[in-house]
Amino acid sequence: MIGITSYGAYIPRYRIKVEEIARVWGDDPEHIKKGLLIHEKSVPDLDEDAATIAVEAARSAIGRCNIDPKEIGAVYVGSESHPYAVKPTATIVAEAIEATPDLTAADFEFACKAGTAAIQACMGEVSMGMIKYGMAIGADVSQGAPGDALEYTAAAGGAAYIIGKKNLIAEIEDTSSFTTDTPDFWRREGESYPMHGGRFTGEPAYFKHIMSATKSLMKKVGTKPGDYDYVVFHQPNGKFPLRMAKMLGFVEEQIRPGLVVSKLGNTYAGSSLIGLAAVLDQAKPGSRILMTSFGSGAGSDAFSMTVTDGIEETRGKVPTVAELLKNPKYIDYALYAKHKGKIVV
Amino acid sequence: MRDVAIIGVGCTNFGEMWERSFRDLFVEAGLNALEDAGTRGEDIEALYVGNMSAGKFIDQEHIGALIADYAGLAGSLHIPSTRVEAACASGGLALRDGVMVVASGLHDIVIAAGVEKMTDVETGVTIDALASAADREWEGFMGATFPGLYAMMARLHMHKYGTTREQLATVAVKNHHNATMNPKAQYRKDITIEEVMNSPLVADPLRVYDCSPITDGAAAVVLAPAELARKLNDAPIYVHASAQASDTITLHDRRDITTLDATVYAAKRAYEMAGISPKDVDVAEVHDCFTIAEICAIEDLGFVQKGDGGPATEEGMTALGGKIPINPSGGLKACGHPVGATGIKQAIEIAEQLRGDVRERQVNGAEIGLTHNVGGTGGTAVVHILSVNKR
Amino acid sequence: MAVARLWRHIPARYNLIGTECQICGGLYFPPRTTCPTCRRDGKIIERKFKGTGEVVTYTIIYSASSTFRRQTPYVLAIIRLDEGPQLTGQIVCNPDEAEIGMKVRPIFRKLGEDGSSGIIYYGTKFTPLREASK
Repeated sequence: MIGITSYGAYIPRYRIKVEEIARVWGDDPEHIKKGLLIHEKSVPDLDEDAATIAVEAARSAIGRCNIDPKEIGAVYVGSESHPYAVKPTATIVAEAIEATPDLTAADFEFACKAGTAAIQACMGEVSMGMIKYGMAIGADVSQGAPGDALEYTAAAGGAAYIIGKKNLIAEIEDTSSFTTDTPDFWRREGESYPMHGGRFTGEPAYFKHIMSATKSLMKKVGTKPGDYDYVVFHQPNGKFPLRMAKMLGFVEEQIRPGLVVSKLGNTYAGSSLIGLAAVLDQAKPGSRILMTSFGSGAGSDAFSMTVTDGIEETRGKVPTVAELLKNPKYIDYALYAKHKGKIVV
Repeated sequence: MRDVAIIGVGCTNFGEMWERSFRDLFVEAGLNALEDAGTRGEDIEALYVGNMSAGKFIDQEHIGALIADYAGLAGSLHIPSTRVEAACASGGLALRDGVMVVASGLHDIVIAAGVEKMTDVETGVTIDALASAADREWEGFMGATFPGLYAMMARLHMHKYGTTREQLATVAVKNHHNATMNPKAQYRKDITIEEVMNSPLVADPLRVYDCSPITDGAAAVVLAPAELARKLNDAPIYVHASAQASDTITLHDRRDITTLDATVYAAKRAYEMAGISPKDVDVAEVHDCFTIAEICAIEDLGFVQKGDGGPATEEGMTALGGKIPINPSGGLKACGHPVGATGIKQAIEIAEQLRGDVRERQVNGAEIGLTHNVGGTGGTAVVHILSVNKR
Repeated sequence: MAVARLWRHIPARYNLIGTECQICGGLYFPPRTTCPTCRRDGKIIERKFKGTGEVVTYTIIYSASSTFRRQTPYVLAIIRLDEGPQLTGQIVCNPDEAEIGMKVRPIFRKLGEDGSSGIIYYGTKFTPLREASK
C-alpha cells in the first residue's frame, strides 16, 4: 500500500485583516467577509518566498518522522510563485533538507493543484519502485493585484508530504483526476499578477472539476460521502468548499475540521494540502479522509485515504496547523504592500 | 636596528572636501610635511601610503604610483612607492612600514602617509565599503554593518561591566570639545550628553553621535634616522616603539567580545620595546571610531582596568587636564576619520603635542605619547610610542 | 556577487555545516580548511551543527547598506551554538524581544539578492526558541 509517511506545514506569522484591505479600496468589509467567509490572511515576511516556505514545510515533514533524507528519491515543489522563472525551487529544498545529490527533483505548476499533482507523481514512482520515498510540496506566496477581489484572499503558506510504502500514517486507497482546458484564471509570463474570469471561475471551473474528480474517485473506490470522517476541498474562500460539500452530499461536520481559509486565506498550491494537514493533526487511526484539490486551467485531483495507527507516534514533534495559526502579527496595508513587494522602488 | 625620528608633519583639513580630489588631498599633506621637515623631494628615498579602499571609494587601485606621480616623485625621481592596507589601520601600518625601513638602514629619509577620499560615492556605498573591513562572507552577508558590530561590543560591555549610555556619550562630548580647539577638525562644535542620547539610532545602542563621520583627508610624516634628525630639523620626535598585532577577522570568534586582544598584544609589545609602562604615557590618540571603541581602547591599552573605562571617562580622567588626556585632536569622532589617513594623523597630533605646538589643547609637559590605530573590529591593531627624548 | 562565491557555501549557509578538528576536537563554523590550533598537524572533517543556541550580544540595525535597507530595523546578533562555536546572524523577532541569553533556533530565509533579476541568496537566520511550537 502507498500512502503518506509524513507531512509538515508552514505559515508565516504576519496577517492582514479584511477590514484593513477594504479600508484602502473603499469596500464594505462586512460584505466581503460574508461573501467570502474570510476574516484575515497570512502575509510573508520580507525575507520569505515560496522557496523558504517550501523548505520550512519540508523540514517540518522530516522532523515529524524518522526517515533519513537521503532515502528521498524525488523532491517536487508545486507553486505558482516560484522565485525563479528558470531555476528550480526543488533543488533549494533538496539541498536544505540534505537529500542531495542522489535524487530527482523538479518544479510543478498547475495553479492551485500543483502540489497534489506532485503527490501523484511521487505515488507513481514509489509504486514502480523507482524511489523509496518522494516528497511533494505545495507552497505559495500568492499574488493578487492591488484592488482586485483576489487581494482579500491571496495568502502565503505551504505543506510538504512524504509519500512512501513504509512507516505510513495514512494509506492512500486511490486517486482520480479530472482535467479540461478551462481558462478561468491565468498569469502570463512576465506579469506580476494573475487575471481571472470573475464568476466564470465558479460553476464551469471550481465546482465542475472538483465534483467530477470526487465522484469518479468515489466510484472507483466504492465509497459514498457518508463513509468519510473528513473531506477537504481546495479553499479559495470559505464559501466555495462549503457549497461544494453540500452539492456532493457531505455535511458540515465533515468539512469544518479542514477548513482553515477564514484565518489563513488562499495559499494557492498550499491550500488543500494545509487543509489536509489540519485534518491529519486531529484524525484518529482508522479515520477516512477524502481530499480534492482544484487548479485553474483547470483540473482536480481527488484522493481517498485512511489514517493508520502510526499517526499517533508523530504527534507533538512539529507544530500543528492550529499552532501555526496562533499568535499572528497583524500589519496594516502599507506594511503589507512592502512585504509583498507591491511598492516598487 | 637604528632609532627613527619624525622630522616633519603635514595634514589637510578634515571634512567633506567637495572641491578636492583624492590626489589633491594627498599632495597637500605631502608638501606640507616636506616643508615642515625642511627637506625636498630629492631627499626622499621611499614612500609608504596607507589607504583602505580607493578601489571602492574612487574606483582606483595602484595608489602607490598615482600619488608618487602627483607628488612629483615618480616621473623624474622614480621613488619606490607602496600602498599599505589594513582597513582603518592602514595609516598606522604605513607609519610602521616607514619606521621599519629606516630602522633597517635600507633607506634614510622616507615619507609615511595616509589618504582617503570617502565622499565621492553615495552613503550606502560608503557604509558597504566600511563593512568590508569585517568578514564579508560571515558578517557582511548576514546584514552586519560596521556600527552594528561595535554596537554588539557596546551592548555586551554594558551588560558585563555596567557601562552606561551616559558614559558612552561622555566620550563623544569630550572629543567634540577637544575638536573645538583643533582648526583642522571636521566638527568644531561642542555637543551635550542629551544631544548624543537623543540623536537618531544607527545600531542600537549606538546613535549618530556615537559614530565617527565620513571624512575626506590626508596626512603625511617625514621619517629619518635618529642620528640624522637633529641635523635636518630642530624639533624631531623620536619613535620609541612600533608594534602591531592581529586577531580573528570576525568579532564572533574573539576570545572576549569586549576586549580587542590585538590592542592588548600590540600595546604589550610596544611598552616592552619602549621600556615603559602605561602610566608613563602623558597623552594618547586612540582609535575611537565609535564611543565604545575609546572605552575599550583605554582598558586594553592598560590605562584603566578592564571594565573601568566608562566610569574613568565619566570622572574626567581622559579629558584635557585629566590624568591621561585621550584624543586631544578630537579623535576619529570629532576631528574626523578619513580611514587610511587616521593612523598618520594620530602620529601628527602626538608629535605636535610633544613639540608643544598645539596651543589651547596642549597637554602641558607631555614627553611621551602613544598612538593606537585599529583595523576592522580589531583584526589589526598598531601602537606607536613617541617621545621628545632621544633614546 | 559572482554565482560561484554563493554556491560554494550553500551547505554551510543552508545547514550550518562547519568543520571539526579530529586532533584537538576544535569545532569551527564557518568551515575552515586548517585547524587554527593544530595548524598542519590538524585533521579537519565536516561537522553539522544543530543550529540551536543562545544570544551572546545583539544590536538593532537602523542604518543598513543598500542590500539590507528595506529590512530595517532588524536584529543582528552573535549567537553561541549549543556545540560551542559562535557566529553572526539575524534574529527574526520584534526588536524589543531581543535579549542577551535568549535561546534561538534556526530558520530558512532569504539573506539577500542581486537586484530583482540576479541570484537570490538563501541561508540561515534565527528566531526565538519559544516560538518553536507549543
